[in-house]
Amino acid sequence: MKASVIVFPASNCDRDVAVALEAVSGKAPAMIWHGDKDVPDCDLIVLPGGFSYGDYLRSGALAAHSPVMRSVIERANAGVPVLGICNGFQVLAESGLLPGVLMRNAGLKFICKDVHLKVERNDTLFASAYKKGSTIKVPVAHHDGNFFADEDTLKMIEDENRVAFRYCNEKGQVSDASNINGSRNNIAGVYDKTGKILGMMPHPERMIAPELGGVEGLPLFRSILDRLH
Amino acid sequence: MTNLTPQITPELVAEHGINKEEYARLLDILGREPSYTELGIFSVMWSEHCSYKSSRYWLKKLPTEGPQVIQGPGENAGIVDLGDDDCAVFKMESHNHPSYIEPYQGAATGVGGIMRDIFTMGARPVANMNALRFGSPAHHKTRHLVAGVVSGIGDYGNCMGVPTIGGETDFDSRYNNNILVNAMCVGLAKKDKIFYCAAHGTGNPVIYVGSKTGRDGIHGATMASAEFAEDSEEKRPTVQVGDPFTEKLLLEACLELMAGDTIIAIQDMGAAGLTSSSVEMADKGGVGFALDLDQIPQRETNMTAYEMLLSESQERMLMVLKPGSEDAAREIFEKWQLDFAIVGETNDTNQLTITHLGEVVADIPVASLADSAPEYQRPYIEPVAPPVISPQEVKAPPAILSALMLMMSSPNLCSKRWIWEQYDHMVMGDTVARPGGDAGVVRIHGTKKGLAITTDVTPRYVTASPYEGGKQAVAEAARNLTAVGARPLAITDCLNFGNPERPHIMGQFVAALKGIGEACEALNFPVVSGNVSLYNETVIDGKTENIPPTPAIGGVGLIEDIDDMCDIAFKDEGDAVILLGPERGWLGQSIYQEVIIGCLEGAPPPVDLELEKKVNALIRTLIRKKLVNAVHDCSGGGLLVTVAEMALAGNKGIEIGPQDKQLPAHALYFGEDQARFICTCKQEDLGKIAMVAQFSQLPTGMIGEVKGDAIVMEGEKPLPLKNLRAAHEIWLPAFMKV
Repeated sequence: MKASVIVFPASNCDRDVAVALEAVSGKAPAMIWHGDKDVPDCDLIVLPGGFSYGDYLRSGALAAHSPVMRSVIERANAGVPVLGICNGFQVLAESGLLPGVLMRNAGLKFICKDVHLKVERNDTLFASAYKKGSTIKVPVAHHDGNFFADEDTLKMIEDENRVAFRYCNEKGQVSDASNINGSRNNIAGVYDKTGKILGMMPHPERMIAPELGGVEGLPLFRSILDRLH
Repeated sequence: MTNLTPQITPELVAEHGINKEEYARLLDILGREPSYTELGIFSVMWSEHCSYKSSRYWLKKLPTEGPQVIQGPGENAGIVDLGDDDCAVFKMESHNHPSYIEPYQGAATGVGGIMRDIFTMGARPVANMNALRFGSPAHHKTRHLVAGVVSGIGDYGNCMGVPTIGGETDFDSRYNNNILVNAMCVGLAKKDKIFYCAAHGTGNPVIYVGSKTGRDGIHGATMASAEFAEDSEEKRPTVQVGDPFTEKLLLEACLELMAGDTIIAIQDMGAAGLTSSSVEMADKGGVGFALDLDQIPQRETNMTAYEMLLSESQERMLMVLKPGSEDAAREIFEKWQLDFAIVGETNDTNQLTITHLGEVVADIPVASLADSAPEYQRPYIEPVAPPVISPQEVKAPPAILSALMLMMSSPNLCSKRWIWEQYDHMVMGDTVARPGGDAGVVRIHGTKKGLAITTDVTPRYVTASPYEGGKQAVAEAARNLTAVGARPLAITDCLNFGNPERPHIMGQFVAALKGIGEACEALNFPVVSGNVSLYNETVIDGKTENIPPTPAIGGVGLIEDIDDMCDIAFKDEGDAVILLGPERGWLGQSIYQEVIIGCLEGAPPPVDLELEKKVNALIRTLIRKKLVNAVHDCSGGGLLVTVAEMALAGNKGIEIGPQDKQLPAHALYFGEDQARFICTCKQEDLGKIAMVAQFSQLPTGMIGEVKGDAIVMEGEKPLPLKNLRAAHEIWLPAFMKV
């Protein structure tokens, strides 16, 4: 697997996701600076978590217009899989590769804790190692993770089966009580139409070893590796 | 411009916090009247905050050495050896006054400042902690201050991508008008890649990097060196504004430059900004500095020399580079979109010479601003500890378990989850012990080693007996590190006290430092860095209020293999719950008194350092031999609170067996005797543990057995964990919601 991790100024989960990719594939990804015009030939692009450009404007808004994103969009349109985690999801939404926007959490506060997610699909290259409908525990750490889309967009997302993960409780029940940040339909992650672009607020790269609190983030990286091997 | 410069009058000198004797000394040093700019420079450099003039004499008495110490106090941060060429660089610092005036920016820049102290030495910050003291929950400002401070700390650390892995938060009416915000940062460096601020050598370029200089924070150091008055909010312009994005870029740019071999010296611009950093670099390097202020990147127009020299704009660094390496360095900073300017040169004059608009505006001997700044041995009155009170003198509660419920839901013992869930405590992917335990632990990246970190002090003890309280703060820090299986290495101290010009306050300081020093010595736990915050005094309606003496201790320890780490959670049904250490039922200055009786009386628990040493060693052995599977330091709230926290963490109940009847039950369960741990173990290992403990002449006691989902004891209605958890978790979020 040849992966590229895009590094924006003040990305701060770039190393974490590189560690996870290397742990499953045995190969360190290429780290691509935001000012570079071209993403090298690769079979996966990752936009990591962090606070690109400080996120003083809407989260991800400036990064979406950085030089490297033109190349990311081109490659995505050409079918290269793209994974955006946390700030990476915000950038994907801002750049139009994924529907919806990420607003300030309903509670207005930054939230860092383990949450439960319901795996909605396992027929994609990101989730094949999970069981469909299963519940996994993965941490979140964000201020702006409140997924919003208008009625039509939301209907399209649901009709086209594009929800990747939903916030749920430990028993897998999806309800308002398990909706940590006010996201519409408890959406924690969405796919594009092809299922090759995934944006998610939770951090699978933080759950890759028992000493870190669990390994339920590993199957996501294994799924990618299996498909791209 | 020159005609706008104020005349030097006695009033102006006094406004600069310089007293008559100090001014006479200043005239003597210069041999002439100072310029306005020079007066400003002396003002900040001789302020308590920068010169430690009241505390230096006493700080020198602290133990600062040990085989593990690579760098003791006097640098930006202390450094200890972690083996394999790894070392930990750490320090704790106060940002009290700014945080009271503007809680969000005050706290944020406190975090930013302490992180710069760490990466300026070549270390990548890997963990943050904070020790917070707020006023009474009933005070009208407390909620606003908690909200502002917590989001300020969170927003800065979260954006930097450095996990905040723990800390402590107390509420006490004596902090109503003067909260404490103490931020600690720990970084990792390689032994051969440590950077210092000594600017050795002449003819070398002085470089300014980072943010531009503005008018913010002028005289912050002087503000932090005076007592508060009711009009303190008018000092808002002296609070700096933080920009964590720029600091993140500065961190990465500095580390990138540090990977090469071009830096001679580097120093962050913290309190007293450009002035203080140049003086420290020149003084330690034994050189003079000639600076041209026209080269300083400026955010505002028409800034005077006085303003530029005293500005505390954040996210700035000063470096001295090897000549000829400027262009390569500039390239790195430009890549990170940061300002880079050559602003001066080192020389052999031993003077700080500043020019602005072609004129020399200051020319001062460097030493007069550094080591030979004023130093005082202020008069002090030795504090008298209140009399010891016996357990029988403290009223018993109607029921033990309902008293436990009340205590566990009180502001000082309740869960602080509401706070630490706003801090990213997992970024960097190495957090192996999250907040809520005795110590936070981060793995040393790419190894099996763990770095354990804690902050501790019990202000109610220090108030009653500064000496015992000082010892206790250090002893508890050591215990908290031991409880996770770490070997305590060294501490940083953040000494928050009132006005040192009052003899009883100075007495608190002297006694607390004596206690701290003795404990550090006995526990081989030296002080390697620290900070002193005095003048935490407010005048309200003509009455002066001083904060409780609060010497916060930040401790760092090493776990050789994180597979040998321990936590506080009850593990398996049937495990034995045991107490290691004495049981005397000490209720003086206890949380039981505070919450259940409603007053604090008597002497605090004495600290037996020999016993502390023994019990720490024993616990570490038991953890390493895997004879115990949960360990918790038994401190504030006493035995039953400790047990309750372990039960909640493991979501498993306990059946408490019959106990020694010589002590009243409330003294037994809520007494705060020191040198104690609660552990759990397999029943079959009880004998072995008793034998080892006996060998070390340490008392042990059987508390009960891990069982069910409630706390159960004879003669009491069982307390379901569900109810206890609800009570423990609800207080803070409910308080913050109103």
